Amino acid sequence: MASRTLRVTLALALFAAPAGRASAQTLNVVATTEDLGAITRQVGGDKVAVTALAKGYQDPHFVDPKPSFILAVSHADLLIVVGRELEIGWLPPLLTSGRNNKVQPGSKGYLDASLTVRILDIPAGQITRAMGDVHPFGNPHYWLEPGNGRKIARAIKDKLSELSPASAGFFAQRYADFDSRLAAAEKRWDEAMAPYKGTKIVTYHRSWPNFMERFGLNVMGYVEPKPGIPPSPSHTLELIQEMKAQGVKVIAVEPYFDLKTPQSIATQVGGQVVVLAPSVGGAKEAADYIALFDYDVNLLAAALKHASGK
Amino acid sequence: MRVRSLTWAALIGAVLIVGPRPVSAQPAAPAAVLQQQIEQLRKELGDRIAALEAQLATLKAAPPEAALAPPPEPPPMPSGGGAASSTVFNPDMAVVGNFLGFGGRNVANPSPALELAESEASFQAVVDPYARGDFFLSFGEQGVSVEEGFLTFSELPGRFQVKVGKMRAAFGKVNGLHTHALSWADRPLVTGNLVGGEDGINDAGVSVARLIPAGTLFLEATGQVFRGDSGDTLFRTSTRGDLSYVGHLRAYHDLTESTNLDLGASVSHGHNPAGVIAGEDVGRFTTTLFGVDATVHWRPLTRAIYHQFVGRTEVVWSHRNQFDGEQRSLGYYVSGDYQFARRWFAGARYDRSARADLATRIDTGGSALLTYRPSEFSQVRGQYRHIHFGDAPAANEVLVQLQFSIGAHGAHVF
Repeated sequence: MASRTLRVTLALALFAAPAGRASAQTLNVVATTEDLGAITRQVGGDKVAVTALAKGYQDPHFVDPKPSFILAVSHADLLIVVGRELEIGWLPPLLTSGRNNKVQPGSKGYLDASLTVRILDIPAGQITRAMGDVHPFGNPHYWLEPGNGRKIARAIKDKLSELSPASAGFFAQRYADFDSRLAAAEKRWDEAMAPYKGTKIVTYHRSWPNFMERFGLNVMGYVEPKPGIPPSPSHTLELIQEMKAQGVKVIAVEPYFDLKTPQSIATQVGGQVVVLAPSVGGAKEAADYIALFDYDVNLLAAALKHASGK
Repeated sequence: MRVRSLTWAALIGAVLIVGPRPVSAQPAAPAAVLQQQIEQLRKELGDRIAALEAQLATLKAAPPEAALAPPPEPPPMPSGGGAASSTVFNPDMAVVGNFLGFGGRNVANPSPALELAESEASFQAVVDPYARGDFFLSFGEQGVSVEEGFLTFSELPGRFQVKVGKMRAAFGKVNGLHTHALSWADRPLVTGNLVGGEDGINDAGVSVARLIPAGTLFLEATGQVFRGDSGDTLFRTSTRGDLSYVGHLRAYHDLTESTNLDLGASVSHGHNPAGVIAGEDVGRFTTTLFGVDATVHWRPLTRAIYHQFVGRTEVVWSHRNQFDGEQRSLGYYVSGDYQFARRWFAGARYDRSARADLATRIDTGGSALLTYRPSEFSQVRGQYRHIHFGDAPAANEVLVQLQFSIGAHGAHVF
């Protein structure tokens, strides 16, 4: 009897405990990636507390929906997602288990950052998984283009102002500051990349269409035979032949892919592998959105310079 | 049809562009001059038609996708993706096929050499602003059944989550997992012996779960009430009052960004069928289960697609009342599953479990597994399984499992 009473008391205590942390002055923002988190910090300053779920050095397609993420989502005032089904494998259970009606799709506290940006690789015809792990709504790596970064920042500024109208002026001022710093940085990046316009390059995954288009580089091929499919010997051989034929010397790889195949290809073609940061935090130096491009542009320009002798 | 329309449009356009010449403005012009002008007009029209036909031929020669491709902006909405309005609200649908082959010897619990065993069709969608619906139909060669079908209400105050319907109970870890989410081709012995057989505790009822504030520790308490029918020998209801109950407490903590620990404690109680004679529950016996589970998960983030390890154990104590008194049986398994390459996983499991109705009869077993995943959507698994039954000859078997998923991209199981 005593143990039964104890059990009932314990159960009641667990269900009757306070519902969670008290609402603070700052907005709790959960961003699914560090890029969105970094831009939110730029715009929101000390009026936002940002938690980024996927790290910049992990493959954002394959993230574990850990219960610690459920906790973060459950306390969020705003959830910012990359969208375009990048998070299809891990965000839905977090939304369901997070029990937070403020951040459900369609709610005021849900922002799909892809809705105002330029999206590439939107499939035009019928798609099947025979084509690999294709994204039916376009390439989700759109943040790798400063113009899109500006649009994301503007959308975040508008959303933060909607959620916290009293700080709208603060967000607008910080957005303007970010915008001007980004514009100045863009000139720098354009100058650095200008000599290499039209140069052909190979990337591991289709992570870089926006980046390469912005800086006038042509992606000639991919180490993956199809999106999400690991390299195969036959595809690798074809790629080597094509790279030799077209004189392509640089292979850009994300930090979460194995370097063995890319390095083997680079050796065969007399080229080099460059590990770029696909996201903020993807390298130690890529600590914020502008530093991300500083890092990638410097690295890529150096590799292209070495390859072309320009 | 489209080409013909374009041709006509081109002709009309050409006429309009060339326009009427001011012939009438020169009424006194001699016939020869008029004839010359007509000839010139005919020539101009002929040239223009030829040019337009050439353009048409170019358009026809180009791939239709390229010719008709929509401009990249504005991008389509991600949800629904521009589908027709009649289908945009359809649930996400997927089918997971599960093909099993058995080789070797198992006298106590024989399976057919080849079977399409327990495949699953899922239908999942948001119902309205307050709830979502999830249906999982299980179908095999024996027929179709509802594995799960429930509504989830997540929009409740106080961080509560309520599920109503038929569902797998929150007892331990494996009981809540669908077959395709397991690390093995079978379920552990303890599931079969103590926790309701292959389907486990899976019943119609109501589940209430709540996140308990505990700082950075994830703590969730779940209470569930079911009709009282689970498995062949676990719970059996004979009156509406013979409900079964499940309580579960889960604690989770990130030890590092790559390593985490997931602990659980479970209890379940209900009427068992030991006292049912000729359809009447004369014995009114009950079974109470206690369980603890622990999972350690290691996945280095920079190499998350190449390496991970999941170590797991579950221990279950069954207190079963029956005519010859209470049987207190213990069962457990310990397993490890290691991904050693992008497509390859190796695993092992040790099983030991007494029978629920006879605590002195103990089955033990061990398995070794190798899994190959060509993509995220298919896998082939081989499992060598040895079982030493307490009352039958030992079984040595090889299981080969082929699983494949078509349809909507499901969430990864954690």
